[in-house]
Amino acid sequence: MSNVTTIGDILAVIVLEEAKNKVAGGAPIFIVWDREEQEKLALLLSKILKAMAHDLENGVFILTRH
Amino acid sequence: MEQYGLTLAVGIVVGVLARICMLRSDYRHFPGYPHGYVTHISLGFIAASLGAVAVPALVEKEFTAVTFLALAAQQFREIRNMERETLTQLEENELVPRGKDLIEGIARVFESRNYLVIAASLQASFITYFFDVKWAIISSAILIWIFMRYLATGRVVGDIAEVVPSKPYFGYAGYKTLLMIDEVVIMEVGLKEAREKILKESLGVIIKPKDDNARATLHNVGQRQAILHTVASLVGTKREIGELEWSPIARKNIDTGEIALFIVPNEPDIKALIQAVKLTPVLESARTTPLESRPGKMAAD
Repeated sequence: MSNVTTIGDILAVIVLEEAKNKVAGGAPIFIVWDREEQEKLALLLSKILKAMAHDLENGVFILTRH
Repeated sequence: MEQYGLTLAVGIVVGVLARICMLRSDYRHFPGYPHGYVTHISLGFIAASLGAVAVPALVEKEFTAVTFLALAAQQFREIRNMERETLTQLEENELVPRGKDLIEGIARVFESRNYLVIAASLQASFITYFFDVKWAIISSAILIWIFMRYLATGRVVGDIAEVVPSKPYFGYAGYKTLLMIDEVVIMEVGLKEAREKILKESLGVIIKPKDDNARATLHNVGQRQAILHTVASLVGTKREIGELEWSPIARKNIDTGEIALFIVPNEPDIKALIQAVKLTPVLESARTTPLESRPGKMAAD
């Protein structure tokens, strides 16, 4: 397994529409409408990016490698 | 020359025998492949020859022959490098890595076992030459038994710590996604499905150090990685490429020094897990004895 990203980098951010002002910056940001879509997207992205989804419990999910 | 025939033969046979015995005394049977056995038995044969030759050489007053032993030492350091390199190469594709400390420990064991072989064959040829074959066989048997009983088997985690089951749960300080064992935060799990699966299938144990020496040993990250690797290879793990939720993790309770170990095993059998933790070797590099020093003793009470 070759790791291009460094451990601990945030690979993607999935944020609820109402919380989208809470995030900005380097990682790709996905804006979703509701919690259900957010969890689906988190699962998909975690499989695609081989990363782990973390729920920050403020409407924001992040994906990162460990 | 013929008078040394028996001496050499006994020395070599005892040495090779010692190597074979010590190859088997590892519970993982490492190296588990025929090629590994061939390599180590051949090197054991070389070591045995060196040990056996020493006595006739000294009897003949060929003192320079002893320099061969220096050559041997060089050779066996090479074995250590060889083992280390092999294991380090394999480490890359290991989902639950051994960790540098365990690799170093294994490599060191292979090196030192060859020195034990030299010692065994040296004493065998010495006793054969000066006494009799019978006595050589008896003393060799005793020596090999001692090697297997005391030198080739180190201490295990079960000797220095108690292992008690502890069910993993979610929730810490109001955050329901934090995975906990006892009072230790293991990790944050974002996906609901993953949390449900973990609650259903995961196991946890607390490794309680018996004294401050043990606490310092378990504090070592390499030691913890060695425990994880052993446990994961013995009870299995669901860890998969890109699926970090199932990673076995060992974290320290910073206040008590206890280690909380989390794993999603193939077979959720807590007894097997406890057994596996207990028979993990205590690594030479991790073993520390602060209690033997004055500040350590003062800090203990």
